[in-house]
Amino acid sequence: MNAPQSDIVLEMRGITKRFPGVLALDRMNLKVRRATVHVLVGENGAGKSTLMKVLTGVNSIDEGEIYFRGEKLELRDATTALSRGISMIHQELSPVLDMTIAENIYLGREPTLGKGILSRFVDFKTMVSDTQTLLNRLGLKYDPRTRMRDLSIASMQLIEIVKAISRGASLIVMDEPTSAISDAEVEMLFRQIADLKAHDVAIIYITHKLDEIFRIADDITVMRDGQFVASDRASNYDETKVISQMVGRTISSIFPKENVPIGEEILSVRNLTRAGVFAGVDLNVKSGEIVGLAGLIGAGRTEVARAIFGLDPIDAGEIRLNGEPTHFASPADAIRFGVAMVSEDRKAEGLVLCRSVLENISLASLHKFAPGVFINDGAERSEAQRMINLLQIKTPSATVVADNLSGGNQQKIVIAKWLLGDLRLLILDEPTRGIDVGSKSEIHKLMVQLARQGIGILMISSELPEILGMSDRVFVMSAGAMMGELKRSDATQENIMRLATGGLS
Amino acid sequence: MTTDHAVRDVAKAPSRFDVTKFAAIYRRFGTILIFGGILILASLVSPDFLTQANLTNVLRQVVVVSLLACGVTFVIILAQIDVSLGSVLALCGVIAASVMAMTGSVLLAIAAGLLVGALTGLISGLVITIFGIPSFIMTLAMTTVARGLVLLYTGGSPVTGLGDFKIVGQGSLGPVPISVIILAVVAVASWVLLNKTKFGRYVYAVGGNPRAALASGVNPSKIIVKAFVLNGVLCAIGGVVLMSRINSGQPAAGVGYEFDAITATVVGGTSLMGGTGNITGTIIGAMIIGVINNTLNLLNVSSYWQQIIKGLIIAVAVILDVWTKRAGKGRS
Repeated sequence: MNAPQSDIVLEMRGITKRFPGVLALDRMNLKVRRATVHVLVGENGAGKSTLMKVLTGVNSIDEGEIYFRGEKLELRDATTALSRGISMIHQELSPVLDMTIAENIYLGREPTLGKGILSRFVDFKTMVSDTQTLLNRLGLKYDPRTRMRDLSIASMQLIEIVKAISRGASLIVMDEPTSAISDAEVEMLFRQIADLKAHDVAIIYITHKLDEIFRIADDITVMRDGQFVASDRASNYDETKVISQMVGRTISSIFPKENVPIGEEILSVRNLTRAGVFAGVDLNVKSGEIVGLAGLIGAGRTEVARAIFGLDPIDAGEIRLNGEPTHFASPADAIRFGVAMVSEDRKAEGLVLCRSVLENISLASLHKFAPGVFINDGAERSEAQRMINLLQIKTPSATVVADNLSGGNQQKIVIAKWLLGDLRLLILDEPTRGIDVGSKSEIHKLMVQLARQGIGILMISSELPEILGMSDRVFVMSAGAMMGELKRSDATQENIMRLATGGLS
Repeated sequence: MTTDHAVRDVAKAPSRFDVTKFAAIYRRFGTILIFGGILILASLVSPDFLTQANLTNVLRQVVVVSLLACGVTFVIILAQIDVSLGSVLALCGVIAASVMAMTGSVLLAIAAGLLVGALTGLISGLVITIFGIPSFIMTLAMTTVARGLVLLYTGGSPVTGLGDFKIVGQGSLGPVPISVIILAVVAVASWVLLNKTKFGRYVYAVGGNPRAALASGVNPSKIIVKAFVLNGVLCAIGGVVLMSRINSGQPAAGVGYEFDAITATVVGGTSLMGGTGNITGTIIGAMIIGVINNTLNLLNVSSYWQQIIKGLIIAVAVILDVWTKRAGKGRS
């Protein structure tokens, strides 16, 4: 094979990676040009994360070659990639929270006081001044002595980028960097990315947000099922083309919302208060209705949902279900009443990752299969299989460990868990965050089906199109308070944003 | 193109040691393979090993540790630990022996022992869940409290004059020792409990992810307390069997048994990180420890060396657990 051309900083050829029972990467190719932003797109489970793990040396490759800056790269572990100038900013950051910015940036390679025994002692003064120089050069206004704990997620991300640059990275991988930060912070990040390009740093950018792709991409590579689909300049792409290449089909309608008959009030919350978190919250959901709960990150939406579901205590207020005053002391009480909640963090609160798909699906409704002491295996298995088919969960079998599935399929498991029970009210917290377009649309369709069956849905979402596209009514929260309620006909991006940012409607 | 690819696969496979595949095989069959290997090794190095008398002896010897291991398997799957097994065993066994000496009733004696076992488990479980302290610390405390109580109660001297009590530990039903039958019943019941009941599922779920279990309507604290009570009861059964076999209530008995039981469980494939493990593995793990002990005895290896060897076994078993888990981990 020929050596790669010189304007190509990274070339991955024929990369194949197998995990037990799964072919994660199948002869995948990727070419990244110097000083460009290369957006890598694909549904969840397409293999993007695995490809990046292979590139950064976290996973080994079974077949294929990697060329970086014209040289063949043999990756034995994560340190090799780092030392060669490849850094990755992970979706979930893991800074040492109780250390300062400077200490985090120089973690593992602290400047020392001198030679001999002195080389055992950290030179904090130099560390702080070096960090300051670095921050100044990048135009960032942080004090190197600030503890990481006191920074926002977006700031931590920027510090990770500073760290990568301080290591001399010429290729930075960013895995969904905007999934947990505000719009203003996204602007800050994008400015920084433009600046990186000017300093001859190439960026591989993984995202699910279509609007972002066209704002920053120079090139786009689409992958599906571990395979290369297509790659081209971003200018030759539009949204429809990206989506159709990702899913291998054209998605006709993005939001399948239908009007279904709205029934009696299922949930009514009045003056709900949890000291220091939210106060005086009123909201209600009727049978067959999809109610959106909008607001900025940190507005207290998740906390209200957790309180309704019995996960967090409340200090004041009233919760009525079907007209009856209720207070759930624990999720077990809520579930008995037909209330279910899909958490925004499926790994932390949705799934038992080390157990099988089957066990996860049946966990909340085992009593259905075990009227006495023993579980009826046959009934459990057939019901779980029915859910796997209904939600089109892609898994080799029901006994595969949940950890081995992609994010979108894991989310479907969490939803399947609740569909097995007798559902009256479903609380969905960011049901489609970090999920590929195909699964997203399937989950939206499912919501409509559930509404048609008379189930009430309370959906928290930070994506305005989703709120507007799916909701019959929208409640908007800001800083722990309920700012207002909008009918579907009145709900516009402008109206919601005005309420969410604390303005009056 | 596809054929090409397939051919390359086949050609490459034997030339390289596939870590992922090894990990998968080890996680499934590791314990049983190790057991088979050790059996073969034992029968090769010691001609006395495969005699019926010796094998029955091995079974009798592993009964007590296996009983403890069955209980602590539940605790370890819950990502908890219990280091008080040996002391609790002594306390329950001595109480049973003492009730036997006082009343002459085997049933009353056993009931008293089991009650004390359940009580210690209840106390440990409640303190752990209510105050949120690590189970290692709580059961460490329980270790000295239980040992102190049993020494205080007996004044340090054995309880004797036990009459029919010895039938549990020494009697046989045909060729099969009663203690082995007790173990078989306990093992099957534990297996059923873990695999076929709601409680078993909740044990796995809470051990794998307590927050997800809570959000699915499971009360993690309740499951943990129940598992500790069960574990305490199995300690008591172990105590009754042991004291009955030696036909006296020995307050100093059971020292270090927790180590053998935990080793058996971990060698049997139960992860100290919680969420995975099973009773079959635990029983085989206990057999592995028993056969190794027995063979070393037959070969007249000093008990000091035996301790060193057992220490190495648990270290290697945990290393293999962590390593195969890492190598076998799928994409995220």
